[in-house]
Amino acid sequence: MEVSTEAVPKLWKLARLDYDAVRGRPVLLYPEGAVLLNDTGRAILELVDGRRTIGQIATVLNERYQADVTADVIEYLTHLAERELIRDI
Amino acid sequence: MTSERPTTLLAELTHRCPLHCPYCSNPLEMVRAGGEIGTEDWKRVFTEARALGVLQLGLSGGEPLVRKDLEELAAHARGLGLYSTLVTSGLGLTRARAERLRDAGLEHVQISIQDADTAVAERIAGVASVKQKRAAAALVKELGFAFSINVVLHRANLDRLGAIVDLAGELGADRLELANTQYYGWALENRSKLMPTREQVTRAQEVAQEAIARYRGRMQILFVLPDYFEQYPKPCYGGWGKLYLVISPDGRVLPCHGATQISTLTFDNVRDHSLDWIWQESPAFNAFRGDSWMREPCRTCPRKTVDFGGCRCQAFALTGAAENTDPVCILSPERGMIDEAIEGHEEPLEYRYRTLAGEPQRV
Repeated sequence: MEVSTEAVPKLWKLARLDYDAVRGRPVLLYPEGAVLLNDTGRAILELVDGRRTIGQIATVLNERYQADVTADVIEYLTHLAERELIRDI
Repeated sequence: MTSERPTTLLAELTHRCPLHCPYCSNPLEMVRAGGEIGTEDWKRVFTEARALGVLQLGLSGGEPLVRKDLEELAAHARGLGLYSTLVTSGLGLTRARAERLRDAGLEHVQISIQDADTAVAERIAGVASVKQKRAAAALVKELGFAFSINVVLHRANLDRLGAIVDLAGELGADRLELANTQYYGWALENRSKLMPTREQVTRAQEVAQEAIARYRGRMQILFVLPDYFEQYPKPCYGGWGKLYLVISPDGRVLPCHGATQISTLTFDNVRDHSLDWIWQESPAFNAFRGDSWMREPCRTCPRKTVDFGGCRCQAFALTGAAENTDPVCILSPERGMIDEAIEGHEEPLEYRYRTLAGEPQRV
């Protein structure tokens, strides 16, 4: 899957980001499923708002982590897009 | 003891149901209304389930809408942070109830469809139901729930799979679960009449693959080959007592909805024990954890970490011992009985319909 940094990712409308206090982990919940996230995953998904491009998301995180994480952002969102949890990329 | 935490609880709130589908996953011996646990029991159990790690709750049955406390239970679940699915026939979903459920925070509704052909659909359901199901689907869309359609597939409807998919598309489903019949309980009773031919399964697989691609992005379609037509068994919900638990209407806690048929096990009840104890300590939940219970050919098989020997309920129902390899597995010495069952389909399709004992037959 070839993904452009110009693409504007959107969370599947049936999925929502939540926090599982029992496991102490952020979690993506959707019909009949749940994906436990790490803090990086949450940081990415919190920036997925249907307005920011992948490039803009990466810029925010590059600044936050003082490193170029663009490739990681693309890989992560591509992985979720293959599971149809991220749309429009 | 286990370090595993369950993610999913299927709450079978009742066995009462207006439909009589001959493949129902409820046991042959069903719980009557008087044997059902009450509202406060269910609320306590949901709280305990969340504390144990459950994230997904199925409000199921029978037909869960026959429970008048459904809205209260849905609200309690939402308050705990559970993601809830109402698993319904659609019958009984009036506008007033649908609105109350939405206000209670219910997120996802799954409606069953029997076929795209009305006459066949109602013959399967054993009752006039298509019109009410369509109305329920329209309400679910209008009120903005996440919306799934579930279709159990078998010989009488597999040839219309394309039309079934398109019907789900027209009804506006976000997800479509195409579930091939699994032969437990009522479905095992009716196996020779539900069993598709090999040709039907091959064609259905092609239709499903094409539909998955065509609807991608609009409607998510799930299609899993029926296990009888596979070489290896299904990993039962990631293994016995690992991710999944079911509570039957009378409060018994099961690792799988088919487990009550394993008559060699006793399933503890939420009336007597905490859910935590039942999950961690109860003999039934520990019976098939790990692999020390396995017999050959599973015990030394490299696939034992992939499919965990398959389905314990199926092993018990078909071979008489839950410790045996699921006979669906081509490595099972008893695989022959599966191939015989595939070849042994019968006409005409006179089903034994699902009924509570003593209930008048309405078919």
